[in-house]
Amino acid sequence: MEITDMQIQSLGEMAVQLSFGSTISPQIHQQVRAVGEYIEAHPFAGYEECVLSYTAVTILYDPFVVRKRENTENAIQFVMDYAKQAVQHTDMDSVPKADEVTIPVCYGGDYGPDLEEVAQTLQMTPEEVVRIHTSGTYLVYMIGFCPGYPYMGGLDKRLWVSRRKTPRLVIPARSVAIAGQQAGVYPIETPGGWQLLGRSAVDLFTPDADTPSLLKAGDIVRFKAIPKEEYKKIRGDRS
Amino acid sequence: MSIVVVRGGMQSTIQDLGRYGYQKYGIVVSGAMDKDALRLGNMLVGNRHDEAALEITMLGPVLQFTEDALIAVTGGDLQPQLDGKPMPMGRPVAIEAGTTLRFGKPVSGCRAYLCVSGGFDVPFVMGSKSTYLRAALGGYQGRTLQKNDEIVLCGMTEEGRRIESFLTMEKGYKTTNWYVMEPARFYAASQSAIRVTKGLQFDWFTHESHESLVHDTFQITTQADRMGYRLQGGVLQLKTAREMISEPAVEGSIQVPAGGEAIVLMADHQTVAGYPKIAQVAMADMGRLAQCKPGESLRFSLITPEDAEQLWMKREEYMQHVAVYIQCKFSV
Repeated sequence: MEITDMQIQSLGEMAVQLSFGSTISPQIHQQVRAVGEYIEAHPFAGYEECVLSYTAVTILYDPFVVRKRENTENAIQFVMDYAKQAVQHTDMDSVPKADEVTIPVCYGGDYGPDLEEVAQTLQMTPEEVVRIHTSGTYLVYMIGFCPGYPYMGGLDKRLWVSRRKTPRLVIPARSVAIAGQQAGVYPIETPGGWQLLGRSAVDLFTPDADTPSLLKAGDIVRFKAIPKEEYKKIRGDRS
Repeated sequence: MSIVVVRGGMQSTIQDLGRYGYQKYGIVVSGAMDKDALRLGNMLVGNRHDEAALEITMLGPVLQFTEDALIAVTGGDLQPQLDGKPMPMGRPVAIEAGTTLRFGKPVSGCRAYLCVSGGFDVPFVMGSKSTYLRAALGGYQGRTLQKNDEIVLCGMTEEGRRIESFLTMEKGYKTTNWYVMEPARFYAASQSAIRVTKGLQFDWFTHESHESLVHDTFQITTQADRMGYRLQGGVLQLKTAREMISEPAVEGSIQVPAGGEAIVLMADHQTVAGYPKIAQVAMADMGRLAQCKPGESLRFSLITPEDAEQLWMKREEYMQHVAVYIQCKFSV
């Protein structure tokens, strides 16, 4: 794969950002993930962590450790050179392993208070909204905004609808929502203006688990409609 | 074997140096706002530098110790008192079971750190004891201290016991006749502006904005918390309105939403953000910024990333010198 529009910039003295243009696309995101995986597998002394977004990889490091342990007088230059080499050594055509995750959702009613209104706005039935929402596949570009929150692409054009005029002060945890071209699921209770279609029966954020977030960048997500009884069965004693 | 909370204070949370390695899951780093103060406090009581302490904000708590302990209070001067008598800051102090620690009015700074030898016995969540309030994560049950809470202590470290054996009676306390200088104040003496480097979207801003950044005064608004400081002042404008797609966010980034009011990202900043960033605070100055409170005014001065790196090196060297100095003070 050809790399165009690549930029390596220092972000103060503790971070270097590698970016691949400003277009949101699965191809560019694949490059971001491939480079991110290479860096995680080949860290330097003083490396702290990598944060991935739609088009960028940000490398966080401690310059003091880099200078002492990598034997350099200029940590910024060292990490920028490292980033360049990481890109050169990354096999951009390799598709990093992607997991497919199906999220069971109870649509409408108390769980999806905006389903009816969204259907009305889009001039279709609530069943059609659910059918289109569950037939899509969604790519997780990144996790952010709040712990475990997936920024997902892939929402069917027919479901593009604007945000609510007045945001809610409280969106319940596990709400499945849409806004504009984006699809999302709220892992924890937060305020927000997205349209709520339903509620996930599974947790997206479990702080005491080894992997606290159900999803990670690169995952492919599908939604599956389940009836209320099944939702309650899956939730069990959990709130 | 614990500290009993008599009064919680305005916002008292357990914080260490932060939760690294989980930003890819959207987990914010958190950790002490003034990391210099936390590290120095830990050194004074014989803890690992990254041990968790109690971050005390503006109006402090009232805490009762149910056992003997070796403690230090560093950071902002919030007038700590032990059983009603002023407690010296920046030194190890040995206290007896039954002692009550309370705080008065903020004199300078707004965040103090209470380090206890051995640390607090709270679970590690994703490798850190830091509290992240928004997700009710880590620290003491994921929240601020409240009346009647009881924080269990891990018990004094071996190094703490050694330090204690060197303490002498000074003004009514078993403590030292010296104290450590904190870099926040140490640097403030020579340079009052907060030093920044150019942000990733610096070039998107007008020439006037660049001038404004270094010449105007910015006031910290009341919207200033562990997540970010919103600033008022200056004229920060993009050459042309443009949308950017969200990218990874870093502590100390100064981002500018369309309204023109800058926001400095602090310890609890979100992992990705979508506003253009005009500048980036030098990490060596973050502790000093964290001690500034709403209503205070700031100025910025622009330095190169290489200068910022040099400042960080100096700061780390200072911290290491202090660590060695403390060790020397406690050897025969």
